[in-house]
Amino acid sequence: MIDLWIHPGFLFFLAAAILPFVKAQWKSIFKLIVPCVGFLALLIVSHGSHGVLPLMGQQEMIFGRVDKLSLVFGYVITIATLIGMVFSLHVKNDKEHMAGLIYAGAALGTVFAGDLLTLFLFWEIMAFSSAMLVFYAPWKNSEVVGMRYLYVHIFGGLLLLAGIFLYIGETGEIAFNALPKEGLAPMLILAGFLLNAAVPPFSAWLPDAYPEATITGVVFMSALTTKTAVYVLLRGFSGTELLVPLGVFMALYGVVYAVIENDIRRLLAYHIISQVGYMVAGAGMGSQMAVNGATSHAFAHILYKGLLMMGMSSVMLMTGRRKLTDLGGLYKYMPWTFMFYMVGGFAISGFPFFSGFVSKSMVISAASELHRPWVAMLLTLASAGTFLHTGLKLPYYVFFWKDWDQKKIKAIDPPKNMLWGMGLAAFACTFIGVFPGALYQALPFESDYHPYTWGHVIGAYQILLLTAVGFFLLLKKLDPEVTISVDTDWTYRKAIKGFTWFINKPVVVYETYITEVYKKAIIEPTKKLSRLGWSVDTWVFDGLVNAAGWVTLLESKISEMFDMHIIDKSLNKLPAMIGGSAKRLRKIQTGAIQNYIMAMVMGVVIIAVVSFIYY
Amino acid sequence: MWIINWLEKIIENPEEMKKTKKFFLIFGIVLVIVDVVIHIPALHLVHIYFFWDWIPGFSSLYGFISTYLIIVISKWIGHAFLMKPENYYD
Repeated sequence: MIDLWIHPGFLFFLAAAILPFVKAQWKSIFKLIVPCVGFLALLIVSHGSHGVLPLMGQQEMIFGRVDKLSLVFGYVITIATLIGMVFSLHVKNDKEHMAGLIYAGAALGTVFAGDLLTLFLFWEIMAFSSAMLVFYAPWKNSEVVGMRYLYVHIFGGLLLLAGIFLYIGETGEIAFNALPKEGLAPMLILAGFLLNAAVPPFSAWLPDAYPEATITGVVFMSALTTKTAVYVLLRGFSGTELLVPLGVFMALYGVVYAVIENDIRRLLAYHIISQVGYMVAGAGMGSQMAVNGATSHAFAHILYKGLLMMGMSSVMLMTGRRKLTDLGGLYKYMPWTFMFYMVGGFAISGFPFFSGFVSKSMVISAASELHRPWVAMLLTLASAGTFLHTGLKLPYYVFFWKDWDQKKIKAIDPPKNMLWGMGLAAFACTFIGVFPGALYQALPFESDYHPYTWGHVIGAYQILLLTAVGFFLLLKKLDPEVTISVDTDWTYRKAIKGFTWFINKPVVVYETYITEVYKKAIIEPTKKLSRLGWSVDTWVFDGLVNAAGWVTLLESKISEMFDMHIIDKSLNKLPAMIGGSAKRLRKIQTGAIQNYIMAMVMGVVIIAVVSFIYY
Repeated sequence: MWIINWLEKIIENPEEMKKTKKFFLIFGIVLVIVDVVIHIPALHLVHIYFFWDWIPGFSSLYGFISTYLIIVISKWIGHAFLMKPENYYD
């Protein structure tokens, strides 16, 4: 094998940089060739470390750690990029494609990073480029949601960075291999990873942001962030017991929310959390079979979840609607979208001969083999939930249910390239299901796992059939409702509201109160006193002590002047000052904070770089 | 497309709907029968990890119970705590 290393991530960065200068008629071809070249580059690369940069003499930054685990993630990221590019060919805004390429490139960079610093570098690029896919969306709250998404990921990035520096400080190592399972530094790193893997309570950013991304951008988002997080968990924390209950909990958490969700893409977003739960649990169990299962599930998931997202994005684009309560009866008008969506639905539900079956059953079998009945049972329950809402509920209420009023809103299949994107993904889902060997031989460990045993196949069909029976029996209960669901993002979304309220209500009330007190206790008595003096003056001593009267009058005038000009003014100043600081506080809350956080991140990065150079 | 036409026929014609339901009923019965057969210990077709792996048709029962629990519990949690009017955050 030739020792040729083209980092596909850098290839994508380069492509993003030259994309705007490519002539219009070549653009489409260019967008398709780049991910293909990236994929081919991975096919010919040899295992080992490439792109090694010496650092401070002893340590090395490794940009290309190539082994089976990183390669299989690399393959699927480049394939997903190709599918995403096909799906978004009709989009005229180059910036979206550039963000997509940078995002995918950063995901590749993370996957091939052999040390913690390189990892962090790409981790942050990933956060910022993916946020762009939300910012470019045309919906009215995309900007706010994008900022929220970014804050959360910057927070996660800081946890990771703090963990990395502590770890380097303690061990003097920067290599990224299996990390210790206890101690503050690895726990901080783990928290950063878990945030990107959308493990509750760090999960709310995902269903918050993904449904608000652009029509095509969501394909990249659903593929990349959580799955690179799964990769780093497999790499760094394989066999960490904590991940098993977390993963199982996630799998069920996503199911509960998917049942009550009304927004079609948000429902799928919740379901990403559920699916990533299998992978996190697989990473936690840590046996060879579990790691293989988590890896193959990530691989299969990227393809079928991309397909499902493409299907629902197409519905959203063609009808302009996004709520289950507003949709229904589309199967006749968008037949191809419907059929491709269903392939994705069958795949994610684990129908035999589709990709989900060959990967999900591996995770569950791994749990059985390790004699963990609860894990196996609850993951099986979650898989019934998967079919229930991704394979039955969502298609039922979008494509059947009530009749679509074609006269009111014309709905037809989306542009050809979008159908091709879905078709490619549908092909991949079916291919992996029919020929699982192709995927299995790319897995990190040798595997003699056979998904197509009598027990598996008959068991799977029984669960699926009875889930469908349960669905139709309880159909009335499942009817979508016009609501939104609160998640852990309540804390920061309502907390911001609470802060605004605090500024508007108590502070303002306080300042009026203070003004009142001063008025009642000081200003008015003084005025009264002066007036009294004046009257005593005029009515009692008038004529007698004219001069004294005049003096007193003058005095009272002065005292009044003092009153009005000094005390009043200074008292007015105080509320104005409080009001002014309130205004300033309000400003911090609506936008300037991004600058602070950016400054913090930049500062930390600069300190890091400087200390590495001089230390 | 034939699949779409076929679906339309089933949905709009109650007779066809009945036939489809019957088909799935038969399919379910066949599944359970096959499950009973493959559970014959001498055949070694089913890998036994837990006690319930011995029970033929257990997957059917478990699938149904799972679905029921998921729907009822999720909707209950939703109505009790999570579902809010759409202008909740505004």
